[in-house]
Amino acid sequence: MYILIYAESQNGKVAKSAKELASYAKAYADKTGQEVFAVGAGLEDAGELFKYGVNKVLTVENETLKQFNAFAHAQMVADAAKKNDANLVLISSSNDAVYMGPVLADLLDAGYVSQVISLPEESDTFIVKRKVFSNKGIAYTEVLTDNKLLRIAKNSFEVIEKPVEGTLEKFEPEVDLSVYDEYKVVKVDKATGKISLSDADIVVSAGRGLKGPENWGMIEELADVLGAATACSKPVADLGWRPHQEHVGQTGKQIAPNLYIAVGISGAIQHLAGVNGSKNMVVINNDPEAPFFKAADYGVVGDAFEVVPKLIEKIKAFKKQ
Amino acid sequence: MKILFLMSSVPDTTSKINFTDNDTKFDESGIQFVINPHDEFGLTKAVQIKEKNGAEITVLNVGTAKTEPVIRKVLAIGADKAVRIDAEPLDSYFTAVQIADYIKKHNDFDLIIAGKESLDYNGAMVHGLVAGMTGLKFVNAVMGLELKDDKTVEVAREIDGGKEYIETTLPLIIGGQKGLVKEEELRIPNMRGIMMARKKPLEVLPPVDAPVRTKIDKYEKPAPKGAIKLVDKDNLDELIDLLHNEAKVI
Repeated sequence: MYILIYAESQNGKVAKSAKELASYAKAYADKTGQEVFAVGAGLEDAGELFKYGVNKVLTVENETLKQFNAFAHAQMVADAAKKNDANLVLISSSNDAVYMGPVLADLLDAGYVSQVISLPEESDTFIVKRKVFSNKGIAYTEVLTDNKLLRIAKNSFEVIEKPVEGTLEKFEPEVDLSVYDEYKVVKVDKATGKISLSDADIVVSAGRGLKGPENWGMIEELADVLGAATACSKPVADLGWRPHQEHVGQTGKQIAPNLYIAVGISGAIQHLAGVNGSKNMVVINNDPEAPFFKAADYGVVGDAFEVVPKLIEKIKAFKKQ
Repeated sequence: MKILFLMSSVPDTTSKINFTDNDTKFDESGIQFVINPHDEFGLTKAVQIKEKNGAEITVLNVGTAKTEPVIRKVLAIGADKAVRIDAEPLDSYFTAVQIADYIKKHNDFDLIIAGKESLDYNGAMVHGLVAGMTGLKFVNAVMGLELKDDKTVEVAREIDGGKEYIETTLPLIIGGQKGLVKEEELRIPNMRGIMMARKKPLEVLPPVDAPVRTKIDKYEKPAPKGAIKLVDKDNLDELIDLLHNEAKVI
């Protein structure tokens, strides 16, 4: 039996999420004596996956499939699973994978579990832990079908190098390309050169405590020195101080970076639901009673306009060392 | 135009989440249920289409009688009729089978609107499964929708780091989210709507037989965070030291 991962690319290269999936798959494969396969379209450096324990990468070079289409990619992955005797398939929680996931589950007749945060438990039944209620609960979920599809939560598994001698194999999946008919991508708006909020390891976020959009310069500078993406709270997006794409929270983007720095955000339960998957949280707020101080790992009680510029200088000095 | 609005009823976003029966059930006591916030954007969009182009909006929910107050709220906001499939939504597959069955039996919806995920189980899968089962086109994480003519529609979908614009045709299933309409455009029920909602039809249908593919054996709460480490605002070197040596993130 094989475990199959759907390896996504980022600018033609193997995405970090694919390495996380490979590391997850390898850890489980070693326990169960299985091998790990990957399938991906247009991966220029597919062999990179051998480093993380993938035994075979099925590379798809079809030009049409290089453009993501949920129905075409679902068929591609399902065909790869079927032809290679894989009954456990892993996908990431990128926007594309979330979109494709249920379509793939339908093609595989698979029980599908979202937001998985653990390896399957060692027992007779197949049970994984998943996040539910916007990170406020964990559900031990049993999969009852032969084919299983798991969507792994963002940033919940470390990328671990476990090199194997792998092989690359050209794969021409049986895909009905008519799914591209009457479905044309006409335009893509993507901020270039900026770190995207969903991929960022560090996120600097600010709220109404900043008093106005004109004060965001220091937030952008702090993000800049840390190589971070910027985000904001819901009221700030609603007031039009910052673009809606930056809103993190229960109804905005849900993020799980390694470090989340919240400046002038009180930490309402809806905000925390969108960010409490973060590995480390720092809060800077002049109100010591702000609920965020109960949720964060590190805190500074103080005026943002005083603390943030100082912090920028300190980080610059630290980076120079 | 016929619009089907798929509604899930979820705990209010400020709810404290607890589990009961030896942590095998979600504790509903004291919980107020609301229209899933991601669904609200799609509902308002549906009402806007109805007002501009004319449309009949059916709201469909798979749930027990407990969801009826939330269904009535959808009717008060602007849906014309409601259908409740009388079953506990056991898992996403079971729920999707019910919805797909209803769609196939009626087979005349132009636009089927759901939220990109429900804020209880965060599966983000029912609408996509329905697309697979019915063979209908589907776009997820939709942050904009414009009807070009009777058949053609342009939708903006969220992608990592931006937006992708897709031109496609009806019939179509979408998973809506913030951006589909502006926050300030979101409709809430008014008195006239509430009065009218009482007279609108709410049909209750029995579920079709379907297995489940996943089941939750037990719940737990995330491990509590350790106590926060406070750093004096005049000693930010300590914060940098903690982030570098303890958290190892910079």
